[in-house]
Amino acid sequence: MTLDVYVSIFMTVVIAATPILIAALGELVVEKSGVLNLGVEGMMLCGAVAGFSIATTTGATSGGYLAGAAAGAALSMVFALLVLSLSANQVATGLALTIFGTGVSSLTGRPFVGKTVQRLGPLFPHPLSDHPLLRALFGYDAIVYLSLVLTVAVAWFLAASRPGLVLRAVGEGDAAAHAIGHPVIRVRYAAIAFGGALAGLAGAYYSLAVTPMWADRLTAGRGWIALALVVFAAWRPWRLLAGAYLFGAVMTLELQSKAAGVGFVPPEFLAMLPYLATVVVLTLIALRGAGGQRAPACLGKAFRAGG
Amino acid sequence: MTIAFDRRRFLAATAGAASLPLLGRALQAADPLKVGFIYVGPIGDFGWTHAHEMARQKMQSELGDAVKTSYVENVPEGPDAERVLRQLAQGGNKLIFATSFGFMNAAVKAAKQFPKVKFEHATGYKRGPNLATYNARFYHGRAVCGTIAGMMSKSGVGGYLASFPIPEVVMGINTFTLAAQKVNPKFKVRVLWLSTWYDPAKEADGAKALLDQGCDIISQHTDSPAALQACQERGAFGFGQASDMSSVAPKAQLTAIMDNWAPYYTMRAKEAIAGTWKTGNTWWGLKEGLTQMAPYGAMVPDNVRKAADATKNAIIAGTLNPITGPVKDNKGVERLKPGVGITDAELEKMDWYVEGVQS
Amino acid sequence: MPFKLEPRREPNRTMLYASPVIAVALTALAGLLFFAALGYNGTLAIYDILILPVIDATHWIDLGVKAAPLVTIAIGLAIGFRANVWNIGAEGQYVMGAIAGTGVALHAGGTEGAWALPVMCLAGALGGALWAAIPALLRARLKVSEILTSLMLSYVAIQVLYFLVRGPWRDPEGFNFPQTRSFTDVESMPILIDGTRLHLGIPIAVLIAMAVWVVMSRTLVGFELRVSGLAPNAARYAGFREQRTVWLALLVSGGLAGLAGIFEAAGPFGQITPNFPTGYGFTAIVVAFLGRLNPLGILIGGVVLAVSFVGGELAETSVGLPSAAIGLFQATLLFLLLGVDMLVWYRIRRIAPAIAPSAAPAVVRSAS
Repeated sequence: MTLDVYVSIFMTVVIAATPILIAALGELVVEKSGVLNLGVEGMMLCGAVAGFSIATTTGATSGGYLAGAAAGAALSMVFALLVLSLSANQVATGLALTIFGTGVSSLTGRPFVGKTVQRLGPLFPHPLSDHPLLRALFGYDAIVYLSLVLTVAVAWFLAASRPGLVLRAVGEGDAAAHAIGHPVIRVRYAAIAFGGALAGLAGAYYSLAVTPMWADRLTAGRGWIALALVVFAAWRPWRLLAGAYLFGAVMTLELQSKAAGVGFVPPEFLAMLPYLATVVVLTLIALRGAGGQRAPACLGKAFRAGG
Repeated sequence: MTIAFDRRRFLAATAGAASLPLLGRALQAADPLKVGFIYVGPIGDFGWTHAHEMARQKMQSELGDAVKTSYVENVPEGPDAERVLRQLAQGGNKLIFATSFGFMNAAVKAAKQFPKVKFEHATGYKRGPNLATYNARFYHGRAVCGTIAGMMSKSGVGGYLASFPIPEVVMGINTFTLAAQKVNPKFKVRVLWLSTWYDPAKEADGAKALLDQGCDIISQHTDSPAALQACQERGAFGFGQASDMSSVAPKAQLTAIMDNWAPYYTMRAKEAIAGTWKTGNTWWGLKEGLTQMAPYGAMVPDNVRKAADATKNAIIAGTLNPITGPVKDNKGVERLKPGVGITDAELEKMDWYVEGVQS
Repeated sequence: MPFKLEPRREPNRTMLYASPVIAVALTALAGLLFFAALGYNGTLAIYDILILPVIDATHWIDLGVKAAPLVTIAIGLAIGFRANVWNIGAEGQYVMGAIAGTGVALHAGGTEGAWALPVMCLAGALGGALWAAIPALLRARLKVSEILTSLMLSYVAIQVLYFLVRGPWRDPEGFNFPQTRSFTDVESMPILIDGTRLHLGIPIAVLIAMAVWVVMSRTLVGFELRVSGLAPNAARYAGFREQRTVWLALLVSGGLAGLAGIFEAAGPFGQITPNFPTGYGFTAIVVAFLGRLNPLGILIGGVVLAVSFVGGELAETSVGLPSAAIGLFQATLLFLLLGVDMLVWYRIRRIAPAIAPSAAPAVVRSAS
């Protein structure tokens, strides 16, 4: 194989990893606040269809990404209202949210089936973006770089900023956080909105960049991989970055090796790998007793002040 | 919607009385033939189910008042399908099309329960007195695509995105390869099994992987246009699947194999009305128009168009069996002697690959 | 808005029974308006989705077939949920149950004995319980969240099923189609009324519901489980071991999910295909909450969901509703059922404008 092929494979990995990374970053923040939103897939689908419909009707692809993020955030507010304000069970509500999002996307997407849209061009100018070697670093659209910026931002936010500290406090002990005056519910609303926006953005990346089109259930289960990834990364943004690229590499290399005629691993095994790896990582964390890497203590539990 | 006005339902809704529907049912004796469809996917999949839905609409508009059609989409294969088939039968449908292989056992069970209802199952192999099967000879189209690929490929290696190694897919791969080898005897085909019928991102990445491995033309037996888009991005060519996908990838689609079920649906509905419907197995191809080719893309040169047309016309005229000996499989075993064409029975259980296929 | 939610000391008895009715009524109204806005006959759609399957006896068996696996799984889950054990991987246990039971049928060597089905069912329950034992072990020994492990293991189980039906268990006479051979008569769930789909799994689901109801409300084990959920500290004080509760909850819920899996495989499916994992394990979580974690409530919850599925299909053919619109309707129903439940635990109280003047959020339950 020539160098050119390696560069091309590398770029495929990056494109495959980007939307999973974005969606997982959003869910990471949500889970850090102590909320488990299983509706990622539904929010991604809504983001995908909203992004595509706005991009095709206005001709502005970047507007599509904004619309995707807005749609994801809007849908996540349905979830937030139910689990935060009405204390509904998070797991059941999250599952319902995926059903809801799948339905909304399918219904609103009908007029857009069989159309396509112009992808965003590379962010960097011509000599860099199509240089045979340097394009591996400079040949992507803005969203790829945005996903990296978001990783840095989330890492900094959680580790070093005051609101980030509050968010983590809320996730680790809502009653205690409430007692010292942190607005538990408002923090969680904000976290869920952020998670929804990123899920929507990730969905829009599928309909506007990975496969610039709309078809029903376009994301084909990537939302669940993003959920697994958050746990796999032990709720740490940098590991999330590594994990997303690892998953992207495994998915791409599976296809590459099979196309080269040397693939022997059953595809089912590779498909279960993200989930299996996640269970293994959870076990290892527990065995090593690394307390800081555990799941947020309040994950999935409803908060009722005084109740 | 074709089913917007239904007298029985209209009565129930306006009068709001639960007993009226029964009365309405009795009044319905001379009504149009009710025809039901069940789909495995959403009608917006731009692939398999979309094609069946287009055919339903065409049949409805051709037969007008003589038929009244309805459909249920997104039906999971399994017990849910059996329930929907029963509901359609109970709802007065006299002719019911089950449009996915996975509906087979459900159709068999429902057909036994409703002997007076005529069932039709697409791509299956179980039949009964009131259960017919039908399929299209998509591999006819693969021969046309193979001719084009053999002439237009510079590397002499074609890529093939495939779902599962069922006979339908295997015969497509073999036909494509043999047709390409007729033009370029050294032509090779790399098959990439995706283990899915529909996963756009995976299909796109699979196409890229094949292109990275030296293929320059991609054929696909998966449902989304994502692979074609990947080809277009890389400046490579490919073939559309099930529908004309040129709207999504105009610079990449050389042609497409289009599913056109309408002639069959129209004919069977007419037979059911006339009382001449019989069970059986229908396997139509290019000649009957069940398989059609989309217009050639602008990049297909004239000599290639002529050769592709020649392949197509020979199949339509019945002078060409696309899989005709001498054929060796990719393990070197002779499968067909010179001049011997493959039979339908052999096609229906095909599980070997011709020489030049790497899978 | 000058309203405030205030927790009740005791759940409101009236609301306990009225809230599902309110939710269904609100969903019907919302659906009517929504379908009408889409240009369909809204009244008729709602009639078909919610009423026709209930009043037309021809659909009752269909409701039973659809509800039986949901109920069987949800009852197991509810036991755990009450004890604060969150098994959300019932889908995986359901699949593993089917795999284990089918494995027995395929590898027992074609013996045509009356024992075939009972052994398959036993294997199914064991398979589900063993799959649930992994999260149980991790939670009991290492305190790893069973929410995450059980969910992840679901996807693993589904891939195992894909592997088996596409590879080693593929029907040799099935033209390479990814599916196992059909079960023989002795391997299949008996049909109770000829010519219908009424199989043995349906009455069994009802029996399980009643049995679990008795156990949970009348025995010490049930008390222990309930106390562990409501007041973990008190439970520890009383000498109930948390580990035991975790094991019990996960093994029972896994076993019931596995049983539902083999019932479904040997019953309505008649074989295993890649379409076997239909999401019953996930839907059952919703059913458990609809039934308020009470076995008898779950029976009703399972039927309500079955009605929406069966009725949804009726509305597709009669009114021509797209299936996506039905999905939306179902999700709305779930949202409202889950949301309106707060009326059981909270009361809405008007706040005098003088006390809460400005931007008090609609729901004040945090530190604001």
